[in-house]
Amino acid sequence: MPKTKVKEINQNIYDFKNQDNFDFKMKKGLSEEIVREISKKKVEPEWVLDIRLKALEVYHKLDLPIWGPDLSELNMDEISTYVKPKTDKKESWEDVPEEIKDTFDKLGIPKAEHEYLAGVGAQYDSEVVYHSIKNSLLKQGVIYTDFDSAIRDYPELVKEYFTKCVPLFDHKFIALHYAVFSGGSFVYVPKGVKLEMPLQSYFRLNSPESGQFEHTLIIVDEGASLHFIEGCSAPKYNKVNLHAGCVELFVKEGASLRYSTIENWSKNMLNLNTKKAIVEKDAKMEWVSGSFGSKISMLYPMSILKGENSKTEFTGISFAGKGQNLDNGFKVVHLAPNTSSVVSSRSLSKSGGVATYRSLVSILPEATNSRCSITCDGLMLDDISRSDTIPFSNVEVDDVEISHEAKVGKISEKAIFYLMSRGLSEEDAKAMIVRGFANPISKELPLEYAVEMNRLINLELEGSIG
Amino acid sequence: MKTLLKVKSLKAKVGEKEILKGLNLEIKEGEVHVIMGPNGAGKSTLANVIFNNPQFQKTAGSVFFDGKDITNAKVDEIAKSGIFMSFQTPEEISGVSVFNFIKTAKGKIENKNINYFDFKEEMQKNAKALKMKGDLVNRELNVGFSGGEKKKNEILQMLELSPKLAILDETDSGLDVDAIKTVSKGIEMFKTEKNAVLIITHSCKILQALKVDFVHILVDGKIVYTGNASLAKEIEENGYEKFEAGKKNA
Repeated sequence: MPKTKVKEINQNIYDFKNQDNFDFKMKKGLSEEIVREISKKKVEPEWVLDIRLKALEVYHKLDLPIWGPDLSELNMDEISTYVKPKTDKKESWEDVPEEIKDTFDKLGIPKAEHEYLAGVGAQYDSEVVYHSIKNSLLKQGVIYTDFDSAIRDYPELVKEYFTKCVPLFDHKFIALHYAVFSGGSFVYVPKGVKLEMPLQSYFRLNSPESGQFEHTLIIVDEGASLHFIEGCSAPKYNKVNLHAGCVELFVKEGASLRYSTIENWSKNMLNLNTKKAIVEKDAKMEWVSGSFGSKISMLYPMSILKGENSKTEFTGISFAGKGQNLDNGFKVVHLAPNTSSVVSSRSLSKSGGVATYRSLVSILPEATNSRCSITCDGLMLDDISRSDTIPFSNVEVDDVEISHEAKVGKISEKAIFYLMSRGLSEEDAKAMIVRGFANPISKELPLEYAVEMNRLINLELEGSIG
Repeated sequence: MKTLLKVKSLKAKVGEKEILKGLNLEIKEGEVHVIMGPNGAGKSTLANVIFNNPQFQKTAGSVFFDGKDITNAKVDEIAKSGIFMSFQTPEEISGVSVFNFIKTAKGKIENKNINYFDFKEEMQKNAKALKMKGDLVNRELNVGFSGGEKKKNEILQMLELSPKLAILDETDSGLDVDAIKTVSKGIEMFKTEKNAVLIITHSCKILQALKVDFVHILVDGKIVYTGNASLAKEIEENGYEKFEAGKKNA
């Protein structure tokens, strides 16, 4: 039977470039002088600069990780750590410069805001260019603003939480992050306030040979609830771009937070992102994660189940195509009795892509009567791709239930034949199997994002341009 | 009457083993054909080879359908030309509902957008006639289906896709008496003067309710004898021995 080739995408709708028009672009490299200059440009208080300088010291002391993908191609001397776009933060899209507004229009942000979001933040290179929140939420005391404004307007709140979830000595790239961080969102949901519509921050990196280091800090106070959506993309350049963001989440007693991400960085991006949540008594933290782009990704969101009866769920999918090495996973620490974690991870690989699921489960002696259930499935679409699962667990108490199920396999020729015998082309048959495989994740996403994810899957499979 | 399927001197192998050794078969509009034969004779291989299942290699001969040479056509093109085959053990496809699957397939085969509401109504009607459980069409395709549910789901697909020729491969095996009656009813619902059915089986039960025109005996990769409906009964009583020994030609 003649075989149909499933083409590789060479371009997609995210890959439109604006000119590298900036107000200011930091010279390449990483030094104390550069860190001080970023701080000066941002007119920050002294205590923030102190953190930056300390982080820089830590960065130099720490080594690259000795596991996971090879990061040797990253050369900080070739990366500009700060690019200020030609605008300040605006509260109306009308005021955002045309070229930048056009970018977010193409990504569908203003439309989504109008239709189903309670608030939107949009970052372009190193700075937030747009931020808004519905008035009704302001009246309830909800804070949703860019991180620089939060430092200025809510210093006590920021000081209380900043670096307290993700400390700056966690690993080399978090130290780098704290040295040069810029942009990101700050959210505070007061006690008992339940947001019915999500907030969304979108991060777009346009400038070549640069890095994005946004810091997102979210506090969901007692009994409150929030769904936060994070989107990321960038056009493709020939040289390496770096993303080393940080997300710190505090889910207080009885609160719930869902954090959804659809990440489609360009395939020259090194995505070394850090996300962590501290979950208090009776609280719930849910992660939904779709990882499609980037050349190398090392992303392991973490839940720390600190309070009794706290719960976490992680639902994630990675799709590694040609030249991609996506090393993603999840970490959970059970610190208190009756805590539970449920992990469902799926990874797809094709055209030589490598998708690895790496996880760490730690159940400490205090965490009696806790439960942890992990399922991970890998699907390889051809013979040259790889899909691995690398689970670690550290269980220090007897009275727990822990289960781990891993399945890795190649796409079934028999299944493809079955679907083709019903009139589907080979590409359509593969796409249907892949979408079905991804279904447990897409059904966790808001409808618009599920559609978006299916579109990304189709782009990866069909090689068509939207 | 118009000839639908014409298989000429067809040879095929799996790996190095030759299974079809020069098979001839002609099916016209309005006809019901039955292929019977001992285990390992090549009955199921025939359906798969007609459909160009990549597990088998055609080595000689030709297959024409509706006047078109489909000997080397792609699997989906064969489906679109109007042939359907039911699977003995259809694959489980997780995350894809029966409803969406058949709707997608129908859209591809008829090359048009399928009206959601009309399709849903028709499908519910057919599913009910096949005594399928109400929620079955919303379940993931074949995942966790019982043997009988899988077979009925294949018949449901046949009804929805309304091919010109339906090849039913051991659709009756492993079914209880009631389920066989339901499947026979599905075939009756499908059958018109304009289409044709090829039933591959080793049992007569499914044939009782159907008007069969031809019964072919397949032994060692060839059709060695062709008769009318009464042949099936004879086989059931006396087995294949005389055909295996005598190799009479039709």
